[in-house]
Amino acid sequence: MRADGAHELSLAVDGLQCGACVWLIESVLAREPIVLQGRVNMTTRRLRLVWRGATEQAGTLVGLIERLGYRLIPFDPASLSAAEEETGRTLLRALAVAGFAAVNVMLMSIGIWAGEVGGLLHDMGPATRDLLHWVSALIAMPAIAYAGRPFFASAAAALRHGRTNMDVPISVGVILVTGMSLVQTMQGGAHTYFDSAITLLFFLLIGRFLDHRARGQARATAEQMLALRVADVAVLQADGSTRRRNQHSVAPDDRIIVGLGERIGVDGVVERGTSTLDASLVTGESLPVQAMPGTQVFAGTLNLGAALTVRAVATGSATLLAECVRLIEAAEARRSRFVVLADRVARRYAPAVHLAALLTFLWWFFIAGASAGEALLIACAVLIITCPCALALAVPVVQVIATSGLFRMGVLLKSATALERLDDVDTIVFDKTGTLTEPNLTLVRGSDFDEQALRVAASLAASSRHPLARSLLAAAGPVAAAEGVVEFPGEGLRAGDVWLGRNPSWPGLTRPSGADRVCVDGRVKPGHDDREGPELWLARPNHAPVRFKFEETLREDAAATVSRLRERGLEIHLLSGDRAASVARIATALGIDDWHAECSPVQKVAAIEALVSAGRTVLMVGDGLNDSPSLAAATVSASPATAADVSQTVADVVFQGSRLGPVAIVLATARRARTVMRQNLALSIGYNMLMVPLAVAGLVTPWLAAAAMSSSSLLVMANSFRLHGRRT
Amino acid sequence: MNVILYLIGASLILGGGGLAVFLWSLRSGQYEDLEGAANRILFDDED
Repeated sequence: MRADGAHELSLAVDGLQCGACVWLIESVLAREPIVLQGRVNMTTRRLRLVWRGATEQAGTLVGLIERLGYRLIPFDPASLSAAEEETGRTLLRALAVAGFAAVNVMLMSIGIWAGEVGGLLHDMGPATRDLLHWVSALIAMPAIAYAGRPFFASAAAALRHGRTNMDVPISVGVILVTGMSLVQTMQGGAHTYFDSAITLLFFLLIGRFLDHRARGQARATAEQMLALRVADVAVLQADGSTRRRNQHSVAPDDRIIVGLGERIGVDGVVERGTSTLDASLVTGESLPVQAMPGTQVFAGTLNLGAALTVRAVATGSATLLAECVRLIEAAEARRSRFVVLADRVARRYAPAVHLAALLTFLWWFFIAGASAGEALLIACAVLIITCPCALALAVPVVQVIATSGLFRMGVLLKSATALERLDDVDTIVFDKTGTLTEPNLTLVRGSDFDEQALRVAASLAASSRHPLARSLLAAAGPVAAAEGVVEFPGEGLRAGDVWLGRNPSWPGLTRPSGADRVCVDGRVKPGHDDREGPELWLARPNHAPVRFKFEETLREDAAATVSRLRERGLEIHLLSGDRAASVARIATALGIDDWHAECSPVQKVAAIEALVSAGRTVLMVGDGLNDSPSLAAATVSASPATAADVSQTVADVVFQGSRLGPVAIVLATARRARTVMRQNLALSIGYNMLMVPLAVAGLVTPWLAAAAMSSSSLLVMANSFRLHGRRT
Repeated sequence: MNVILYLIGASLILGGGGLAVFLWSLRSGQYEDLEGAANRILFDDED
């Protein structure tokens, strides 16, 4: 509700493909008289809707768009990285100011240098030079004060904690040089470095802005994917009717109806109904488990059978989610803080540079007999020359290029340091269910059935939302749906006298045998799942019942990726929460010798931490809620985009698509990026080695400093772009 | 050489004008959807 009586709503749009979609949505909204503004942002895939009239009109408007085939999910724009966007805007403003000032100061400086070199046109009088110095000072100083804030703030924060980072030498250099140049200007001296100081900030801000944008984009996309998955749940009202509500607004003790094929939206306890549940995303268990009144269920579990009534419990300390969150926190606290390459260099570089400048000053003042002003001037030249412009660009520019390259391939690098941590990886630990295998079960091709039976079964399955029915349909290819199909939730489908269900006969003929509902004293008997996998039966008159078996399948490129990783000398482990039989089958198929089955989240964390403390750098790839603590414990972690929300939030890398290949790509990119980073650092340090003796000897003039600094920055940037060219 | 004062003044005013326009465009949200803007040129206006 806005002040002028209009309402405003922000919605995330799912299914937005191209400009035509934007046009379609906007023109449909424009035809509605009550809509004041309906504008789609294509970059962030969001729709901003402003309308006049009742709040309830929102439903009508959203309905219009959803009829076009787009899904709309409301979100709170304030909660979604508002701070991030503000930082980006601040950086861009600072960049604009620094750019403006740099260009104008450089204009003055070129005039001064031309005059200095001996009067290319006319000799420049000291009065003119002073005037140009003053104008430079008046432009540069406010600009430095404004554009330098991001660096000064970061340097101050680092110093307060007794550390140094790259921003410390930058800030000290810029402030000292500006102050010294101001003194020179007031004394009518010849050497001012306003141009160098402001150009330095301009270059650094470019690096920082690009860095922020590339990472912000990856993070925003990751957030968006999670936001799109927030589903509403059907809450049972006191009068027996149901209302759809956002899963986050469900209160404890609310009753929730979970239909067939729906994911359970909240943690809770089953109150009514018996069904089978697919908990692969939660526990890593690949076979469906039984649920009956009293069974505890977790958010993210898929209901494969009949509708269940679930009583929501508070997200208290008893739930699996809460336990995982606790384990994540503990694992993160134990994990040693990774020190970024640039900071490691800065830690040694900053004191060395400041010491060199100090020694230069002392030598010129006490031994060479220069005046205090002259000695300070030379010391400042040393600072300018060593100001780590190229050094500060060396790492971020590479990161930007690598991040945006991976982004285009559907790999989201969420953490700034992930790229560097990935390079050292020598051990990869995979989770099985949903990571090495497809999230959905697939039909086992074999001698059990013929094509004709499959087509009949698929024609029945076409009208069901059950995951097994869908897998069957996918295996059969396009089939015309049978008519008059009746679905018996949790049992199967019937069309006339053809039956497709989990038992060889339909419930109308004989009661279900209860063969796979082994219950003792109301509890699921252990060992009920010694079947090989879930199955469906097709029963037709005059035919023997036909069995369709389903099993989990490897991602299509899992074997290729694993062997490629092994060829690179990486050690591959498999840690799964699933039963030993399924894990052994997958491990054998992939040739992984080192596998563990039936691991609890705690055991997974322990296994990873044992590897880490043995000196290995571990990449954990997992998707389930039960993997999330071990993702946090590993040196670096990755999740497929189908992973549980918590896992995606913890993971450093999220990859989209149905292939495992991105894991290999991301490692290769990290390795190349690290090489280019090292080259960049070597280049900029090499340049310093060359120029510092000149500066110490007092031979560096302002124009030489400005030229050397800019060229080294450009050289480092050019070298970084080689990464782009070599990308596969 | 007094002409240099006018020239410096003129260059600063022009440069400052450019900066002001950029800051205005930033504030008015013209950089928020670069991808969409490229496509919007293809839409036909209704009226």
